Amino acid sequence: MKIAYFPGCCYETSAREYDVSTRAVCRHLGIELVEPPDWNCCGSTPAHSTDRLLALAMAARNLAQVEEMGLAEVTASCALCYQRLALTQAELAENGELLAEVNRLTGRPYRATVKVRPVLDIIAGLGEEEFRSRVVRPLNGFKIAAYYGCLLVRPSKTKVDDPENPQMMDRVLRLAGAETVDWTHKTECCGASLAISNEEVVVRMVARIIKAAALAGADCIATACAMCHFNLDIRQEKVSRLLGKKYSLPVFYFTQLLGLAMGLNPKEVCVHTHFVDARPLVKKII
Amino acid sequence: MQQAIALPGGSARFCAEVEEISGQDVRRCYQCGKCTAGCPLAFTMDLAPNQVMRMVQLGMENEVLNSQAVWLCAYCLTCTVRCPRQISVGDVMDGLRILARQKGILGSGRGRRVALFNESFLASVKRLGRLYEFGAMLLYNLKSGRLFQNADVGLKMFLRGKLKLGTTRVKKIAEMRNIFKQRLPAVRQEREGVRR
Repeated sequence: MKIAYFPGCCYETSAREYDVSTRAVCRHLGIELVEPPDWNCCGSTPAHSTDRLLALAMAARNLAQVEEMGLAEVTASCALCYQRLALTQAELAENGELLAEVNRLTGRPYRATVKVRPVLDIIAGLGEEEFRSRVVRPLNGFKIAAYYGCLLVRPSKTKVDDPENPQMMDRVLRLAGAETVDWTHKTECCGASLAISNEEVVVRMVARIIKAAALAGADCIATACAMCHFNLDIRQEKVSRLLGKKYSLPVFYFTQLLGLAMGLNPKEVCVHTHFVDARPLVKKII
Repeated sequence: MQQAIALPGGSARFCAEVEEISGQDVRRCYQCGKCTAGCPLAFTMDLAPNQVMRMVQLGMENEVLNSQAVWLCAYCLTCTVRCPRQISVGDVMDGLRILARQKGILGSGRGRRVALFNESFLASVKRLGRLYEFGAMLLYNLKSGRLFQNADVGLKMFLRGKLKLGTTRVKKIAEMRNIFKQRLPAVRQEREGVRR
């Protein structure tokens, strides 16, 4: 399987573990990822908060490149990039006039043919048998709170699973031998887009999520979003200070956990660069 | 007995403007409050989401556009997927941010900080075609006048190799600049004189 891959602007920095582990797992599964040659920022929250056509054009310039590559599908690891590309695709596919207007802005004639899928959807779509056969190092003893955040499950035009109680990530993690907990904050917003501007607000939002995961008995959190991961990982010291209780739940990308289960070594999926040290937990299965 | 309450002049105009830019039928809202009940940011907002909806219906333009609430909305869309009237409240909020920017209103306090962050982010993307995290953070600190905020976060990132000091630019940057040139003049930069 060959599919276009949109790494997103944070792939070398705050979201490095996601990029590294996504590429490693896909390589292992025989999924060939190809970067569009001159991709740009998806526009993110600031673009759609500022001007609708600006946001659409920024995402469409990337989609047009996928079409130029002759590929039918594009995936993004970052859930925010996924949502921007997928929403743009949905809007342009149903509105010819808008498509023409956006094409005039980008100077790249896009025909709105590209399907946008998050990495989670692609991996979950592999099929149970195929998946089981790949697991050589089951995640025995991992109790995981699968955290979906906002962008994969809302709005309904682009969601890949139920907005209130999604199961897609739970399913693949269980197939990999882990236990996943039932908990209350699976799709509660972590506030990452406000982290730079209003950190004190965001620490309170992250605190609720970390507390809920711990209360459900989880010993770590799995995410499928670059924004969520960074936010939940880096802010636990401040959460501990706010709540007057020490919290240090390792936060993984689901791709890191799957990579470990498939026999990749911890360095290959980059578990050594988290803010909350994930290595003691990983040692359980190595 | 039927009594009509006269609304201030121009109220219908503002509501229509919001409906046009957001693509949402704001007048369908019947104030059940579900958007506010599920909003993860309602605790820090000066106006609750359902109040914003009602005030748009009533044409209270100044109050709504100058609120912090419209900027504190993180577009998580919990309200949107739960609204029993199928209104995307998140898109109404997005439309209000766009309108506020067009009118040169950046709000105050926490809300203003979000608006300044958005500007810093887009300035970085306009220059390089991609986000340069370190540059956008520095620019935001300058714009908001709090030079050393987030320094602890930046240092932690640096120590983990997650802060890049060099930049990567899109090859055909002229294409990106062209998009910005055509779309951003529509956004009037805030001047002290236009603030309400």
